[in-house]
Amino acid sequence: MSLLELKNVYKIYGDLHALDDVSLKVEKGEWLAIMGPSGSGKSTMMNIIGCMDKPSKGEVLLDGVNIAVESAKNLTNIRRDKIGLIFQQFHLVNYLTAVENVMLAQYYHSIPDEKEALEALERVGLADRAKHLPSQLSGGEQQRVCVARALINHPEIILADEPTGNLDDANEEIVVELFRKLHEEGTTLIVVTHDPEVAETAQRMVVLRNGKISKETVNEHFTGHIRFH
Amino acid sequence: MTKRKMYVRMITASLIRRRSRMLVALLAIAIGATILSGLVTIYYDVPRQMGAQFRNYGANMILTAPEGSFRREEMEAGLAIVTPADLVGATPFRYETVRIHEQPVMAAGTDMESVKKTSPYWLIDGEWPEKNEEILIGENIAENLNLKLGTTVTLNFTPENTAETLLDNTLDFTVKGILSTGGSEEDYVYIPMEDLEALTGISGEIDVAEVSISSTADGLNNYMEQINTQIPSVHARLVKRVTASETTVLSKLQALVLLVTVVVLALTMICVATTMTAVVTERRREIGLRKAIGASDASILQEFMGEGMLLGGFGGILGSGLGFAFAQFVSVHVFSSTITLRPLLVPITILVSIVITGIACLLPIKSATKVDPALVLKGE
Ligand SMILES: Nc1ncnc2c1ncn2[C@@H]1O[C@H](COP(=O)(O)OP(=O)(O)OP(=O)(O)O)[C@@H](O)[C@H]1O
Ligand SMILES: [Mg+2]
Repeated sequence: MSLLELKNVYKIYGDLHALDDVSLKVEKGEWLAIMGPSGSGKSTMMNIIGCMDKPSKGEVLLDGVNIAVESAKNLTNIRRDKIGLIFQQFHLVNYLTAVENVMLAQYYHSIPDEKEALEALERVGLADRAKHLPSQLSGGEQQRVCVARALINHPEIILADEPTGNLDDANEEIVVELFRKLHEEGTTLIVVTHDPEVAETAQRMVVLRNGKISKETVNEHFTGHIRFH
Repeated sequence: MTKRKMYVRMITASLIRRRSRMLVALLAIAIGATILSGLVTIYYDVPRQMGAQFRNYGANMILTAPEGSFRREEMEAGLAIVTPADLVGATPFRYETVRIHEQPVMAAGTDMESVKKTSPYWLIDGEWPEKNEEILIGENIAENLNLKLGTTVTLNFTPENTAETLLDNTLDFTVKGILSTGGSEEDYVYIPMEDLEALTGISGEIDVAEVSISSTADGLNNYMEQINTQIPSVHARLVKRVTASETTVLSKLQALVLLVTVVVLALTMICVATTMTAVVTERRREIGLRKAIGASDASILQEFMGEGMLLGGFGGILGSGLGFAFAQFVSVHVFSSTITLRPLLVPITILVSIVITGIACLLPIKSATKVDPALVLKGE
């Protein structure tokens, strides 16, 4: 059984089919990139997989559970237990330090553990920035705090919606490198990106167009390392 | 680290690191708490303040004997029943007919220092008598007998049951003051009690005692009943025209302060609710983020209520201090007297402002938990 399976999923706003009969399988441990022009439905799909939105039609099976029919409360629990989210805007609570932001995810998940949170920051190379507020961190550093927060509870899937959209090449490389390590450890990754270089690092790539999957390619030369053109 | 520790760390971080934002909310709460605790202080202090004002209009209790006169010890026993702090003053009077220039005149023996307390409205031309053999003369008598300040008058007293042949008792007095009150007091002369006792040869007798007590209507009634039952030789009654008007004015004033307090309470709540709505609204994105990383509505409610109530507590602490200063200011400028702090009011103010802030926060926070994380995190 696949970890995630979308079966004929639609998301309809009025006349607009943001998602139009999308079917997709993602295996456990897989690293998938999603591309597509603006407005093609990438974020809509990520929100549905991330339990923050529901499809208008169709089934979304996560670990065998159809999250399309779960209550809002159950969706919150599933999101908390199984999913790590990374956004294009590095959303952090601005009055909490880096380590406190990571601990926040632990707090909602189970119990906060400062030592573990510091280890997660160390993984993303921010051990010495742990006591800094988001405003005292660069964009790249903030996004790395978000990565640390996303992985702290060992989620089954990490969903990243344009994680490198606001980063320069150097920080982009750091973040992709973190993804590679997560992938090596067996974490399932779904990364939305506009950037072909980032997409190429993944094992498989799906292209959305007008809410439909228009192309699906498997990366023959998968290494997990970014290759700049 | 326990969840509770993290909770405390989060809400204190929010208050401390966002202090410029929180200051506005804190100010709103503190001002409300200040006015409330100030008004409540005044509300409870009004009877005392107004009581002191009313005591300027004279005695509110009269002691007489059921028949004839009573003894000084009996008066003192009666006064011992009154709590010393409530007793403003008590003045004994003893009346005897004496003669000045062969004219019969009513002389009252009294204690001049006490008169100043029980009848502060007496208007003296000249000075109050301070020593024995000094006399205060009612304006009418002074006019009729043509007595001037600083002159000497001789009082004659004819003791009863004495043969005609015996000589009168006489005593010379210096006229120290002329008394005007607009009332019957102007038809008397006032001399120290000791002098009257010397003149008559009888001591310790009192006809009337005027007592000024600072207390409520119930308190006064209570004192009156106790004196009447415990000391049968003294009859206590209240000066109705004074006590009744005092009670009505007081209750009206207190009702007014209460009304203002209730209105201020309502305004404070609206003001705090508005401020908290603004505070919560500008944090919609944060709430969305918390939900996205797994916070339930209940835990968001708990966190923001915690912040709000902590803020309410600080506001209450500030407000109870400032409220006392405010009440003191009003008291000094309106009643020209100071007030003492009621310690119980401090925890009550803090508690009330926590509860009010809590209520004011509840609705905005509840509606904020409904934010859709996908929408607020989308960008902009
Ligand atoms: N809440 C909504 N109400 C109505 N239409 C919506 C809503 N959310 C998204 N859409 C529409 O759905 C379509 C897909 O939006 P989506 O955000 O998924 O695009 P995207 O692929 O993520 O684009 P981008 O690359 O610009 O982020 C768009 O046309 C958008 O206008
Ligand atoms: Mg998008």
